[in-house]
Amino acid sequence: MLNAEVSMDMSLIPEMKMLNGQSGTPAIKVEARGVDVYYGEKHALKNVSVDIPERSVMSFIGPSGCGKSTFLRCINRMNDTVSSCRVTGRITIDGADIYDPDVDPVELRSRVGMVFQKPNPFPKSIYENVAYGPRIHAKAANKTELDEIVERSLKRASLWPEVKDRLSDSGTSLSGGQQQRLCIARAIAVDPNIILMDEPCSSLDPIATARIEELMEELRDSYTIVIVTHSMQQAARVSQRTAFFHMGSLVEQGETKKIFTNPVDQRTQDYITGRFG
Amino acid sequence: MTEIIQLRPGQPGRPTQAPVRADVKARLRARHRGNARYRAYGLSALVLASLFLIVLIADIVVKGAPAFVAHRLMLDVQLKADVIDPQGKRDRSTLLAADYMALAREALASAVPGVEGRVAKKQLNDLLSSGAADDLRDMVVANPKLIGSTPSVPLLLSDTADLYYKGDGTAVVQGPLARGIATPSGTSGEITILSSSNDFAGQLVDAKMALLARAAANRAEAQRIGKLKYEGAPERVAELEKSALELEQRGSAPAEEEVLDANLPSMLVALNGGLVKIAKFGNSSATGEVLVPLSSSEDAKPGSWRFITYTTAEAIRNVSDRSVAFLEKLKSAGKVDKAFNWRFFTAGDSREPELAGIRGAIVGSILTLLVTILTALPIGVLAAVYLEKFAPKNWFTDLIEININNLAAVPSIVFGLLGLAIFLNFFGMPRSAPLVGGLVLALLVLPTIIIATRAALKAVPPSIEEAALGVGASKQQAIFHHVLPLAMPGIMTGAIIGMAHALGETAPLLMIGMIAFIVDVPKGLTESATVLPVQIYLWSDLPEPAFQAKTAAAILVLLAVLFVMNGTAIWLRKKFERRW
Amino acid sequence: MTTWYIVMTLLLTSAAFYVSRRQAIFVAGTRLSDLHSLPIYHGLLASALALLSMLAVLAIGLPLANRYAEHSAVSKFSDASDPLQRSALMRDVQNVVTGQHSGEIAVETQAAAAAYSAAITLGERIVLGAGLLIGAAAAYFGFGRISVRFRARNAFEKIVSGVLLACAAIAALTTLGILFSVAGETYRFFFDPHITGKPGVFDFLFGTEWNPQAAMRADQGEISTAYGFVPLLVGTLLITVIAIMVAGPLGLFSAIYLAEYASPNVRGALKPLLEILAGIPTVVLGFFAALTVAPLIRGWGETFGLNVASESALAAGVVMGMMIIPFISSLSDDVINAVPQSLRDGSYALGATRAETIRQVILPAALPGIVAAFMLAISRAIGETMIVVMAAGLAANLTLNPLDAVTTITVQIKTILVGDQEFDSAKTLAAFALGFVLFFITLLLNYIALRIVNKYREQYD
Repeated sequence: MLNAEVSMDMSLIPEMKMLNGQSGTPAIKVEARGVDVYYGEKHALKNVSVDIPERSVMSFIGPSGCGKSTFLRCINRMNDTVSSCRVTGRITIDGADIYDPDVDPVELRSRVGMVFQKPNPFPKSIYENVAYGPRIHAKAANKTELDEIVERSLKRASLWPEVKDRLSDSGTSLSGGQQQRLCIARAIAVDPNIILMDEPCSSLDPIATARIEELMEELRDSYTIVIVTHSMQQAARVSQRTAFFHMGSLVEQGETKKIFTNPVDQRTQDYITGRFG
Repeated sequence: MTEIIQLRPGQPGRPTQAPVRADVKARLRARHRGNARYRAYGLSALVLASLFLIVLIADIVVKGAPAFVAHRLMLDVQLKADVIDPQGKRDRSTLLAADYMALAREALASAVPGVEGRVAKKQLNDLLSSGAADDLRDMVVANPKLIGSTPSVPLLLSDTADLYYKGDGTAVVQGPLARGIATPSGTSGEITILSSSNDFAGQLVDAKMALLARAAANRAEAQRIGKLKYEGAPERVAELEKSALELEQRGSAPAEEEVLDANLPSMLVALNGGLVKIAKFGNSSATGEVLVPLSSSEDAKPGSWRFITYTTAEAIRNVSDRSVAFLEKLKSAGKVDKAFNWRFFTAGDSREPELAGIRGAIVGSILTLLVTILTALPIGVLAAVYLEKFAPKNWFTDLIEININNLAAVPSIVFGLLGLAIFLNFFGMPRSAPLVGGLVLALLVLPTIIIATRAALKAVPPSIEEAALGVGASKQQAIFHHVLPLAMPGIMTGAIIGMAHALGETAPLLMIGMIAFIVDVPKGLTESATVLPVQIYLWSDLPEPAFQAKTAAAILVLLAVLFVMNGTAIWLRKKFERRW
Repeated sequence: MTTWYIVMTLLLTSAAFYVSRRQAIFVAGTRLSDLHSLPIYHGLLASALALLSMLAVLAIGLPLANRYAEHSAVSKFSDASDPLQRSALMRDVQNVVTGQHSGEIAVETQAAAAAYSAAITLGERIVLGAGLLIGAAAAYFGFGRISVRFRARNAFEKIVSGVLLACAAIAALTTLGILFSVAGETYRFFFDPHITGKPGVFDFLFGTEWNPQAAMRADQGEISTAYGFVPLLVGTLLITVIAIMVAGPLGLFSAIYLAEYASPNVRGALKPLLEILAGIPTVVLGFFAALTVAPLIRGWGETFGLNVASESALAAGVVMGMMIIPFISSLSDDVINAVPQSLRDGSYALGATRAETIRQVILPAALPGIVAAFMLAISRAIGETMIVVMAAGLAANLTLNPLDAVTTITVQIKTILVGDQEFDSAKTLAAFALGFVLFFITLLLNYIALRIVNKYREQYD
């Protein structure tokens, strides 16, 4: 909670950067400057600049099609898999440009995990789902270590008690909420430092949603979490900072409390008061 | 937004790369290599499949292209009235019955004069195809005024002669001019030629070398067979070894006299306007048979006569030495003419390769496909409309659905069995008829058309149908007036693909007897007929090398038609593709 | 005659249409909108009634006329009790009638042919007359119902519904036809007491010798016939295995490349190539196998000191493999594309490379579909006829050596049934028994494959 409290005092980004390195203050984990995204002819994201502080939850909100998911997918270069997509501008993680030609997207994604809107467990056993990442990245030297990683990841995703006796069951046999936590465990198993969540609760019921939100609260201590959400309540509940996107542009960003209580821009005001969206 | 900083990636002065550990880096490299390998496998699989296609088509083009050309002899044929129409009646039946072959042969004899002896004359006459007489007959019947004149007429050559001119015979090598004076003992028959110099010595060396080459070939063959363990192999090895030994002895013996046989290249002497095939020769004399008569038995001056070698041994080619001599003579006299082989498209099947054509097969294919499309298209489309739009969900509909999907994969030969048992034996329909063939093929392509039509109907959005129902149309009106016309391009595409499939189908038609040898072009749906793929199969089985080229040429025609059909289907699909 | 009948049918049908439509317009008078159905439906109803009844008369009448003609022909022969002999005699008669008979014609045959001709002419005339009568009656019935209130459209649509159902039922009837003909003859092959020289079911299924050629003449000596199915099955499977060994890797890797690696442009250029390969008639591939591939393989074998048969299983198998590459690749391409994008995203988001994603996520997920694709390809290979007819052998060698010549089920069916055959000999019926086995094997493979594919589709829909 300390992080959040300190960050509340900061209203301007440059100041935040100046505080980099000081103990107890959040460093900037991801920094985006002037990012434009095109899908073929379509200009999907216009000149977006964002700072995402380390070890906290940042939420992107906005109406459908506003570009928030597109931006999220830029952070681990998932947009590379869409052949018509073109990204310009600069995004850095820990100060290093991730669109540098030397950066290997495969390696990048092992540091930036992602959880999707619809739970997408592989049609394999629960164990294999979690073990898949560590295996391809050779994170475990032997079976015992792999077992440990799987157990630790499932525990961190608070799924372990529910599945420890049925690790060989298919991942698709779980309930929706369990599947989503399995996907989180799968992402954690690779040991990333950033986790991107693209509307992770939109296909879940309220109870499952509450569990995921609890989980995010726990994970915040060790990971930088970026969440795209439709629900303003969720953004208010889980995040310390919020960015509001509208029609491909970033309208406003800042402390969650400030955005929801005292937004600067009229469009943000209209959105959070439910005039559109 | 408080600030907007436009920065390009990789700008100098800023750290661009988080440090990645060396071992992780190495592993990443290996993983990317694995990915590249996978990609390469995929690409090479595709390249291999394409390569196969290219080799297949290139092979058939190379084999088939010669069949589109035919060689003819341009000879002055005396259309003698006393042979064609001695009574001067000039009526059709007389003109049709006349012996035109005699006239053609006469013309050929005057182009290669002096050929005597029954065998030699037969060999000369065999150069002409029986089609030459047919062409003459057609010409005279069409224009009886020609009788009595001597027009220059193209006379069709036999298949072996035609193949010879296409390069499938032997190379003819002209030797150097001789230095001595040659004295032939006669002008025809078996003669001896004496030379004042040792002019034959060089040929003798060539012959010995050919003997040694054959010995070496025999030894290699013996060695190969020696490794195999089939019945009779040791005996064959012994035989080969023995003959190799004999040949070696002959080859290395002092150069005195040598006997040539049909397994060695043929050696000939050209002098006094004639050609002598050497059977036995020493350093300065040769004995052999006259192939083309000499003009005189006078001495030939040095430099006026020479040796000629047919490099391919007579035993392993289809055309005899004498025929080669005749053909070479005709060629050097400028009598040979090359033209596009129209007969291939205008004639029916024949036992003579040079006369055989694909017209009968093409007409048979058209009649058969006509029956197929007239039955399969309406039935297939209506069945698809029923299944897609009207069928209630019950066991019967399910049964039909399963049936159609399974029928699409039933081997075509089973449809042939069905046709044989039901159409021929139960209903007593005629064998070999396009009617039955068409019906069998209709059943065969029915699933294709039904599946394509259902896909096309599915692609029309339900809102169209709802709109029609909304203005008070009945369900049938909505579908037949609105949905079906919109689905038409898709249905047509499916129908064309189905027809292309039917056009290339062979096996079921063999079952219902469309394999008979049929010379006439079929005129009706119940007459005996054959189709193009079956014609290809029939020709491919024949031993004559000329039929091999015909087969490949017929395949080229079939493939061309199929490409046009499939191309049309793709064009239709592209042109009418509609996104709702 | 059939042509005449069709012309008359068309005439009557169009006459019924025009007359009825005019009548409907006449009945409606000036107020056309009072009619329940448009005049065109009154016309269509009358003509449909005429058409259907005339077609029904033809379908029933023609076989009856043939039966009658055959009966009158056979009655001219003094001795025609044996069904086998009867069919031989009928063939002679048919040949005489169509003028295809060569050589001397027996007096009895001549008389029979005359009787046959007379009877068939009479029968056809009766059919034509009856058809016209009944067709006209049906059209008149439709004509008579015309009134302002009459719901002609509903009646016509009912007929159309019936026609639609009938068209759909033809597919089911085809399967029934296959079962009826092929299974019926197969039953006779095993159990008909009139057939001599037939094997027992056990001998057929497990016999290791296949030789259906009975001695034709006395001087050929004793050639014992044998109907052992095993060598044919082994030969078929040997060629199929070779084909799958060629087509499996090539087809699957082609599909993987097209679905996962190729850019849309490359995909657009390479996919048609495979479609062209799929469109090449098998008789062309057979020619290529027999005249180019087989000599090539034989030549290679000789340079390595191997004894290769000129009709080796390898040559036929390799070319058949080329034939089924498009089946495997296009079906596999479909199932790989059906794997949801979310699974790919999940894997890429974990930092997997494309190859890792394909091998560990996509292929396992698509496995049932790929298995089905292979099963369909195997069923194709087993049922393929022309390639093996032209490039494989006739002798039923029981061997697993791909360099030897083997024969297949389809080759034997073709060999037995092409050319002159007596319909009721064990040899001919053996071909139907083989056809039945072929139908059964391929049906089973297809049915299982389609079940797998449907299950697979449901999983991802």
